[in-house]
Amino acid sequence: MTEIITSAISFFSLIILFAIGAIGSLLFRKSDKLANLFGSFFAIAGSLYGLIFSISAIISGSVLSFSFKLPAFPLLALSFHIDLLSEFFIFVISLIALFCSIYGIGYAKHFYQKYSLGALGFFYNFLLISLFLVVTASNGIFFLIAWEIMSLSSYFLVVYDKNDENNVKAGSLYFIMTYAGTAFIITAFLFLYKYTGSFDFAAIKANVGLIPLAIKNTIFILALIGFGTKAGIIPLHIWLPAAHPAAPSHVSALMSGVMIKAGIYMMIRIFLDILQPAPVWWGLVIVIIGAVSALLGVLYALTEQDIKKLLAYSSIENIGIILLGLGSALTFYSLNMPALALLSLMAALFHTLNHAIFKSLLFLSAGSVINEVHTRNMEEFGGVIKYMPQTALFFLIGSMAISALPPFNGFFSEWLTFQSLFMGIFQLQSFVQWIFIIAAGSLAFTGGLALACFVKAFGATFLARPRSLEVTHAKESPLSMQVGMGVMATLCLLFGVFSGYTATLLAKIGKGFTIFQNTVSPIAVASNQGINITNGFASASGPVIFILLVVVLSLVAFAIRYVVNKNQKIKIGATWDCGTDLTPRMEITATGFAQSIVTIFKRILKPSIQHEIEYHDVESRYMMKSRSVTLGVGDIYHAYLYKPLHKVINVLSTRAKNIQSGNINAYISYIFIALVVALLLVL
Amino acid sequence: MNIIIWIIQLIFVPVISPFCVGFIRKIKAKLQNRQGASVFQPYRDLWKLLHKDEIISKDASWIFTFAPFIIFAVTIIVGASIPLFASFLKNTLTSDLLVIVYTLAIGTFFLALAGMDTGSAFGGFGSSREMTVSALAEGGFIFSLLTVALIAGTTNLFAISHSGMFTNSKYFLSIALAFIGFLIILLAETARFPFDNPATHLELTMIHEAMILEYSGKKLALIEWAAANKLVIFVALAANLFFPFGIAETVGLGAIAIGIIILIAKILVFCFGIGVLESCIAKFRFFRLPDLLMVAFILNAIAIGLIR
Amino acid sequence: MLELFLKIFKTRKNIVPINAKSYEQLEVLSIGGKIQDKVKRLFSGSLAIRQVDAGSDNACEQELVALGNSFYDVERFGIHFVASPKHADMLLITGPMTRNMAKSVKSAYESTPDPKIIVAVGDDAINGGIYKGSYAVLDGANSVVPVDYCIPGDPPSPKTILCYLLNILETLDSKQKK
Repeated sequence: MTEIITSAISFFSLIILFAIGAIGSLLFRKSDKLANLFGSFFAIAGSLYGLIFSISAIISGSVLSFSFKLPAFPLLALSFHIDLLSEFFIFVISLIALFCSIYGIGYAKHFYQKYSLGALGFFYNFLLISLFLVVTASNGIFFLIAWEIMSLSSYFLVVYDKNDENNVKAGSLYFIMTYAGTAFIITAFLFLYKYTGSFDFAAIKANVGLIPLAIKNTIFILALIGFGTKAGIIPLHIWLPAAHPAAPSHVSALMSGVMIKAGIYMMIRIFLDILQPAPVWWGLVIVIIGAVSALLGVLYALTEQDIKKLLAYSSIENIGIILLGLGSALTFYSLNMPALALLSLMAALFHTLNHAIFKSLLFLSAGSVINEVHTRNMEEFGGVIKYMPQTALFFLIGSMAISALPPFNGFFSEWLTFQSLFMGIFQLQSFVQWIFIIAAGSLAFTGGLALACFVKAFGATFLARPRSLEVTHAKESPLSMQVGMGVMATLCLLFGVFSGYTATLLAKIGKGFTIFQNTVSPIAVASNQGINITNGFASASGPVIFILLVVVLSLVAFAIRYVVNKNQKIKIGATWDCGTDLTPRMEITATGFAQSIVTIFKRILKPSIQHEIEYHDVESRYMMKSRSVTLGVGDIYHAYLYKPLHKVINVLSTRAKNIQSGNINAYISYIFIALVVALLLVL
Repeated sequence: MNIIIWIIQLIFVPVISPFCVGFIRKIKAKLQNRQGASVFQPYRDLWKLLHKDEIISKDASWIFTFAPFIIFAVTIIVGASIPLFASFLKNTLTSDLLVIVYTLAIGTFFLALAGMDTGSAFGGFGSSREMTVSALAEGGFIFSLLTVALIAGTTNLFAISHSGMFTNSKYFLSIALAFIGFLIILLAETARFPFDNPATHLELTMIHEAMILEYSGKKLALIEWAAANKLVIFVALAANLFFPFGIAETVGLGAIAIGIIILIAKILVFCFGIGVLESCIAKFRFFRLPDLLMVAFILNAIAIGLIR
Repeated sequence: MLELFLKIFKTRKNIVPINAKSYEQLEVLSIGGKIQDKVKRLFSGSLAIRQVDAGSDNACEQELVALGNSFYDVERFGIHFVASPKHADMLLITGPMTRNMAKSVKSAYESTPDPKIIVAVGDDAINGGIYKGSYAVLDGANSVVPVDYCIPGDPPSPKTILCYLLNILETLDSKQKK
């Protein structure tokens, strides 16, 4: 049975399910409802099948490898290599796609009569197909084709809501950044081809000794920039806060939860699998990038009022945390500590899974609220918990998970990341130890700031009184959306409580790498699901924490409510505000909440205030008619990276314009010179 | 025998915490040349509050109602998971350094949400300030505990207090620096001077008190008790991780009794110190607090670097 | 810093000492002892007072603040002042209840949980005092909230406040006994 499920044909049927969904969606585009249901149904079916496929493959530990040679193109071969890492990513993709598709059935109703549901279904299913192809492709050119399909379909999904021109601009920025990144990736693959003679990943891995060290370093930098643009590391992240809010919410969830992980997947594949052995500084560079991304990501998240932009910046922060794990894995392996490297890799993979789940949950809940209130601005929310209680509960669980509060899953993956950094500090010396100390410090601060950020997000959106009239007309979301969110919230709790079991599976996945095949597992999971790092350095147990919290909470609640003072009367009164009239304007706003932190970090965030005053009498300027204050946050990477880059490109382009002088004689002389040079080269 | 020890461990922190708060108030009163309330006054305050009615704002949601229980439950769990009078207890389940830090963070999270829930202006900015201080204090907190963890070779708090690392004089400087850093974090997290004035009536100067202005009756009792518990937890951590002398290292009625007495003595010494500090300095202006927290973080980072 | 501490020991020689044998302090202590017993019986040993300013001229507030200094030190009897009416057992209203403050005092009254006691302190709060009949005042706290007890005086000295507080507590005690 497992044999059949985990065979090549099974994988193809997976792809075909989505393809049927895509094409059928396009065929039925005349009928909105039918296109939506058809596309979503096949996406759900495909995701379910993908879950079954990946779970049985991981448990049975099977590795698939098959390829179809195309005689017309000698370098391109449709080759797939599905090892444990790919199966893990297929699991993540299917899981998120399943719930986003269930959510999408209800969510897409808002697009009926406005845009073409057929196009939505078509591009959505194609995005999913390309994601599966990206994580399983084993040939460089085939990979690039899948990557292109992924970029294109996501571009069309980002600009789906065409009426808002900000979305179109966001789409263009996304397009340019993605293709800039792809250019770097293509260059990296070309270098690999030149020195190993093949585009096939297996062949490259076998011949990696042929690549000289300087070229290896170049490939590292190119791949880092290329895949980093997709993953969203600072400073290459500028497209993320623009594109993710622009897309429809279930697509944002998919993009943020899964698509940026495709960049992480390829980084793991290339750096840990193909290009080993690697020098130490690779890992250190990734650790530093991770630390900077995490800290800056969460700081910018704190300055945002648009709830989806806040979640997008928070994704950047979590990618930073995953890179901390990946970087320490590389460092430990280069310093001959494979057990610790395996631990760090497990931490990175666990955080990938967890982030996918809770970020999608957050995006989906935010999407429900935005659907009802028709704005993304948190300053116009408030008091939504009374109108949409289930959505509020799911957003609360997502916030607790992303702030790494036990017993949810975010805590355990951050715990593993912390432990791998702590072990690094414990066992390394001098310069490398200090980088790990700084990384651990950055992770500690990131945890605290993320907590503040999500208190702001949840509090400003759901608590206190409504700040706009729209909120009072909000209704709870339809059932399909609630099911999608609710199951993900339960998964957040389950992956946290059963983190021991997950950690064992992740250790098995890590051992699937060639470099870790003979490594002793760094963790031991006790019968109470407690994860123990070897040599007794640390241990934590998911179920025990959960059970303790539940038991103590119920005992305290029971004792206080029923044992002490049973006759207490509880009256409902007004909020005490020193006797003034309470208006919604008196609540803390999202801007005000974060203002202390913004002021503290003003050297990095560069906040600015602009006043515009309109006077009754322009000449005498005594009495003001209206005054508007604009608060803004400067972007340091814009000032230091993109503006100079922009200037350089402008200068070069202006110089290059001089070639086009309009003089026919000059053009003829160009042709003559080119001919002479070509002849000289050939002869 | 083990069960009895665990029961004492569980109820020690909630039972002793109002006494410690009363003790600090008594020290401050004596230093102000007056008598002050008796040291058992906080017990009476809690008892009275538990028997009062409540008024809940109509803008509040279920988070306002549940937050006090969650905050209190969290302090009980953490109180039972830290080394108090016995370091031979094996708690590998909840006694990890990061589990303690983040479990306390659950309490902070819900307290901040409860402050924002009623839509009052004071609660909102109280939550904002509390989250700012807490976010910056977390770095120093993890790092000070990490220093002693690295010296002892494990992040399990019971094992750290059992490890007897003080006999090794080469760690003295690291432990001293980490202790100073931890003291600053202790003052920050328990809302004492110079971070916050627990006895102020001016809402604009409140951080922790501002979030609980809307609570009354039983819920107020739970939150005040939880704040006292948090004070004892931090003081016990300072006493037992940095000066684990006198803690019971072997099973035995005598050792445990001595352990309890020495722990109470250490806690009272720290409370005396906090009382004297509160009478000497004024509360800092809010934007000077991040500098202080960064100093704590840097001291701890240096302490880690100094471990050979 | 050290000199500040040492002053605690040196000051005794420089000023007229307030020791227990002085008549004033004896009185305060005896009244205070009785208050402490009553508070222990009626309020489980802890009485939380919130002072509400209904447009007063701050004379009564100064006397109430004096209750907290080291001579009267009302905290040792188990009484303390709180910031929010939701934390309070007793509301002390001072001032003649200006029209602007009427709504605020009413909302402070509604925010205090039961069981509560409302006391009007000073002649102004009882019937308008020296401002009686003015167009800007409503003549006493009784016009807005139901006042249980009164402490007369303009302003009442801290000792008077303590005496009347003892009376109030004794009245409450005898009411409870019935």
